[in-house]
Amino acid sequence: MAGEGASSLVLEVENLAAARGLRVLFEGLSLKLSAGEALELRGANGSGKSTLLRILAGLTRPHAGIVRFSGGGEDAPRHYLGHLDAVKPSESAAEQAEFWARYFGRDTQAAAAAMKRVGLANRSSVPGRGLSAGQKRRLALTRLLIDPRPVWLLDEPTAALDTEGRALVSQLVADHRASGGMVIAAVHGDGFAGSRSLDLASLKTGAPKSGANA
Amino acid sequence: MSGSFSVFARELKLAWSGGGGAALPVGFFAASASMTPFAVGSETVALQTAGPGVMWIALALSSLLPMERLFQADLEDGTLDAYAGSGIGMEGIALAKTLAHWIATGIPLAVVAPVLWIMLQGPVEATGLVVLASLIGTLAFFFFGSIGAALAAGMRRGGLLIALVTLPLYVPTMIFGAAALAAAADGADWVGPLLLTVSAALFGVATSPFGAAMALRTAID
Repeated sequence: MAGEGASSLVLEVENLAAARGLRVLFEGLSLKLSAGEALELRGANGSGKSTLLRILAGLTRPHAGIVRFSGGGEDAPRHYLGHLDAVKPSESAAEQAEFWARYFGRDTQAAAAAMKRVGLANRSSVPGRGLSAGQKRRLALTRLLIDPRPVWLLDEPTAALDTEGRALVSQLVADHRASGGMVIAAVHGDGFAGSRSLDLASLKTGAPKSGANA
Repeated sequence: MSGSFSVFARELKLAWSGGGGAALPVGFFAASASMTPFAVGSETVALQTAGPGVMWIALALSSLLPMERLFQADLEDGTLDAYAGSGIGMEGIALAKTLAHWIATGIPLAVVAPVLWIMLQGPVEATGLVVLASLIGTLAFFFFGSIGAALAAGMRRGGLLIALVTLPLYVPTMIFGAAALAAAADGADWVGPLLLTVSAALFGVATSPFGAAMALRTAID
């Protein structure tokens, strides 16, 4: 599922620091993650889990440090699933999945298969505004399946999901790892079987950003 | 490339299906131009003098109206994160979205422009030019506007910022466009001013996706 070349994929993070405004969220973060591994990010609200995921996704610039993906093809294609589901209220569920299929250059078969996999096959004609929070999250999950990409960055992927939905996410993550993919996820509560864990609170210094007169 | 094109197609569909995205700007445009005779008086000479200028002011302000929502909805619902997180360039996204909104709103503005032109006592022979100039003008307005739209996307009530940033960029297009229509109304040569309007539009189309992309990357940072 994770595409060719994924098995040699390595993520290296060196001395990473993130700041929001004048506040340092974490610093001195170094880690190495190989293909097939999963990393759970833990820590209290505001400890920088989402920020770390956004840095890894290339959305936010780190305050200091280096993020390097190597061996996973050109630039290690990533999927970033934030806490917002990117669901449009006026488009039907199926239309949105098909849009992402076209966006990633896949055929609409991939969208239909993904909709079925996340349990939305019988909700395909419902517009986004008619979906429950859990169904919106399931719709967001279809992006992971429509375009197989080696790196998954998931921000609390099980938020709003029911028991069956959580089992689905665990299964998707297990399948992804089995095919050589890499998963980094912010989680509260139950994590994923056999994954490593990183507590961001342990990296928090609480000191103001150097050079700032806070 | 499939990414930008699919975004373009989606935006076009959303703009039409989402409750008539063009209705407000077109209504605003029609209302402001059709109220002019009440304000400046209905004498033909007065209307013919004011007509081209009024048309272009109304066109510029109407083009500004849809700008506030151009990127805001995508930023708020996480779509912009999903686009950026999948490694497709923001420039392509900005270009696709702006072009789609110009087709959905700018073209309807150009279509109603001749009606207002006649209402302002403009010569009937010039209606073809009015449509052409309005198409070019709205293209410039939408693309220059996309820079302001991207800058204000992350702000609550960013409309004022959009107006402040964008209106100075509208000025050259407005001068050349109004000059072309005034020349046509006088029976003078309008090709020169029209070509200058085209060059302003081309400059906007070529440069603004880069400016908008920079602002959007900051907005999601």
